Amino acid sequence: MHFDAFDRYHERESFLHHLDPRVKVVIAILFIVSNALLPDGAWDAFLFAWAFVLIANVVSKLGVGYTFKRSIIALPFALVAITVLFSIPGKPVFSLQFLMWNFTVTDMGLLRFVSILIRSWLSVQMAILLVSVTRFPDLIHALEHLRVPAVLTTIIAFLYRYLFVLTDEVFRLLRAREARSAAAAGSRSGGGVAWRARVAGNMAGQLFLRSYERSDRIYNAMVARGYVGHLYTLNPHEMKSSDYYVSALAVALIFITQMLGRF
Amino acid sequence: MPVTHITNQFPQHDCGGDVLAVNDLHFSYPDGHVALNGVSLKLCEGDKVALVGPNGAGKSTLMLHLNGILGGRGEVEVAGMRLMRDNLPAIRAMVGLVFQNPDDQLFSPTVFEDVAFGPLHMGLSEAEVRSRVDAALEAVRMTTYRDRLSHHLSVGEKKRIAIATVLSMKPSLLVLDEPSAGLDPRARRTLINLLRELPITMLVSTHDMKMVQDLFPRTVVMDEGRVVADGPTADILKNEELLTAHGLEKP
Amino acid sequence: MLYSPIPMHIPDGFLSLIVSILCWGVTAGVVGLAISKTNKSLGEKQIPLMGVMAAFIFAAQMINFPVAGGTSGHLLGGALAAIVLGPWAGMLVMTAVIVVQALLFQDGGLLVMGANILNMGLATAAVGYGLYRSTFNQSRTVKLAAAGFAAWLSVMTGALLTALQLWLSGTSDLQIVIPAMLGVHALIGFGEALITVSALAFILQTRPDLLGEGSESARGSRIWVGVGGFIALAVVLFSPLASSDPDGLNRVAMDLGFIDTAQSGAGPLAGYTVPFLASASASKIAAGVIGVLVVGVIVILIGRGIKAGPQS
Ligand SMILES: Nc1ncnc2c1ncn2[C@@H]1O[C@H](COP(=O)(O)OP(=O)(O)OP(=O)(O)O)[C@@H](O)[C@H]1O
Ligand SMILES: [Mg+2]
Repeated sequence: MHFDAFDRYHERESFLHHLDPRVKVVIAILFIVSNALLPDGAWDAFLFAWAFVLIANVVSKLGVGYTFKRSIIALPFALVAITVLFSIPGKPVFSLQFLMWNFTVTDMGLLRFVSILIRSWLSVQMAILLVSVTRFPDLIHALEHLRVPAVLTTIIAFLYRYLFVLTDEVFRLLRAREARSAAAAGSRSGGGVAWRARVAGNMAGQLFLRSYERSDRIYNAMVARGYVGHLYTLNPHEMKSSDYYVSALAVALIFITQMLGRF
Repeated sequence: MPVTHITNQFPQHDCGGDVLAVNDLHFSYPDGHVALNGVSLKLCEGDKVALVGPNGAGKSTLMLHLNGILGGRGEVEVAGMRLMRDNLPAIRAMVGLVFQNPDDQLFSPTVFEDVAFGPLHMGLSEAEVRSRVDAALEAVRMTTYRDRLSHHLSVGEKKRIAIATVLSMKPSLLVLDEPSAGLDPRARRTLINLLRELPITMLVSTHDMKMVQDLFPRTVVMDEGRVVADGPTADILKNEELLTAHGLEKP
Repeated sequence: MLYSPIPMHIPDGFLSLIVSILCWGVTAGVVGLAISKTNKSLGEKQIPLMGVMAAFIFAAQMINFPVAGGTSGHLLGGALAAIVLGPWAGMLVMTAVIVVQALLFQDGGLLVMGANILNMGLATAAVGYGLYRSTFNQSRTVKLAAAGFAAWLSVMTGALLTALQLWLSGTSDLQIVIPAMLGVHALIGFGEALITVSALAFILQTRPDLLGEGSESARGSRIWVGVGGFIALAVVLFSPLASSDPDGLNRVAMDLGFIDTAQSGAGPLAGYTVPFLASASASKIAAGVIGVLVVGVIVILIGRGIKAGPQS
């Protein structure tokens, strides 16, 4: 069984897929930084940035709405920002009566709340697009080239490789638990919370030991092929002229976004 | 050549051991379990040898000794070189060891990175590494898989890539631990044909007696940390007494 | 549900640029230290070990157990990772987990990743390990009890840091976000504690050598006891302070330039300017300079593009 529900990469023959991964990572980060820099209520700039995302979607051949459909994940977190609706001084827009409290939503509060959501939503779309058009190993190479320390990129590479193997193991454990946690008719299965937590903890412990032993075998496999504590990698990426042009274009567009947001 | 009763005294296979010579190897795991108890074995250029025996016989343990991952008491010589600390790198380049579970063998995100791992760590130039990766993938008929992700491969594909990961090091001895375990009939057949074509000396542990019969002229039987028989496969497969005594079955 | 994130991964957009960058600074420093420490002290076996352990934490976060009312408890893992691998390796493992969660699943943003690593990876590991380390020569029961408390407090620490960052970014109100975050995570932390303790009990039973004398777990120096204790004390003391005197804290944050006057209604454009560039003329000049730089960058990129020529 493969666990592919995880990997967001979508194979397509598109220009964006073939772009150098470093370029893609840097553009995505610039775009997200730019969002963070946009002031509240910079509607023109938000719109322009969204257009940027939409066009990138089209160029990637994933479809205009591709990232839009997948971008709701950040929404639940919006709860933490809800307080700004009431706490920022401004003209009252409407009031909510909740039990004995009276919440008054102000125009400034609303402006800020919506701006936070839009910034987040634009950034999430860009991040989704990045991993949808870049294979994860290429992302790791990009990080290596961008001077992320090798220890970290190596751990990430192992994590990516064994993520699938170990999550398969988790699902086997979970299935085994399900198969055994029968319930007598009419009564709820399983003991108290503490007991259920203990079962989960035992599964985690079991998984830990299996992983630990696996790391030993992997180490052996590495040693058998000449590993003596230093890792060598081979992943030269060469920047093509199109990579440079796209970078220039992206920088220009992001700059325009900022100008729109400020003046 | 007449083979063998269930004693330790059997005629050694007639070969000088120019590729591999193991002499009286003993090994116990840290928990005290004696896994090898005086193993001797010789392999010559071009030999294709099956290593059979029940679970826990010590086959995997022996294989781990052949390129110095475990170090027991006794002698291991590869191509005339005594295995020691300072010639480990040279010996590891000569002995290509493929582990039982391909998920342990393939530890890199992509096929290319895994096949390139060995040559890279031998210190070869980039161009040489690339040409070796291509040659190794060609040898296992997996050229089109070069840029695939390892976790997307089927078990059979993983096994073949796992062999490529050591072929790229151009070993003079290929050591495979249960290569056909868990394969469907077609993948198993593909693997057998592949092993038949590969022009390398190999030692292959397996429980697949049909494969032993089809592929290997010579068979070594291990049990309880010893070699209990060593001779032409046909003779060993005829010896029912030997087979049943060591939990083996005629194919 | 395949993958149920903990409500602590901050997405992009919820933290201001300044707070994000400050957190990145702290995170980069600590992770850099962790790398140099592990490089020095750990054997070559460590690389595959940390890699597989990162995958383990990732997978273990998917093990859940039903608590009540459709909610389920599960593991964050910072304390557990630090306890079994030692503090520095535990931090690196958690860092990798959070990076992959952000990159692969957009669970947590990129610009705010520094903050997420700090909250969920570094702080949890430091607190978790420190408190556990203090019971080194004690009985099994004491050890497990300490690990449980450490796990609970590690989650609370992460939650408190998250709340503070949200407040400093002007995203949430201090009076509300602290009690809310701590309240929710007091429960989540309980699940964390239960799983951590049972997992450790299981390991102690089957492979006591992995947690005993001379194991990775014992590598952290006793300084960690101090670090963990200090952070624990700070969390315990700060939380009531924050709820009893939010105005005082707000004033401090304003004085430091985190929360700007936008909150008192200075108009939309004042909202997100860099605080120390608050005056209009200064930001015009800055914009001019940045504009020139940007044009320069574009020219250089195009120049390189022409030189590179078309390749496959
Ligand atoms: N890491 C270990 N620690 C302790 N004992 C071990 C370890 N690995 C293997 N053993 C023991 O050593 C003996 C030989 O094991 P080995 O794996 O070599 O057998 P095998 O012939 O490869 O068996 P199989 O056909 O099941 O693969 C077994 O009894 C096994 O339990
Ligand atoms: Mg075996």
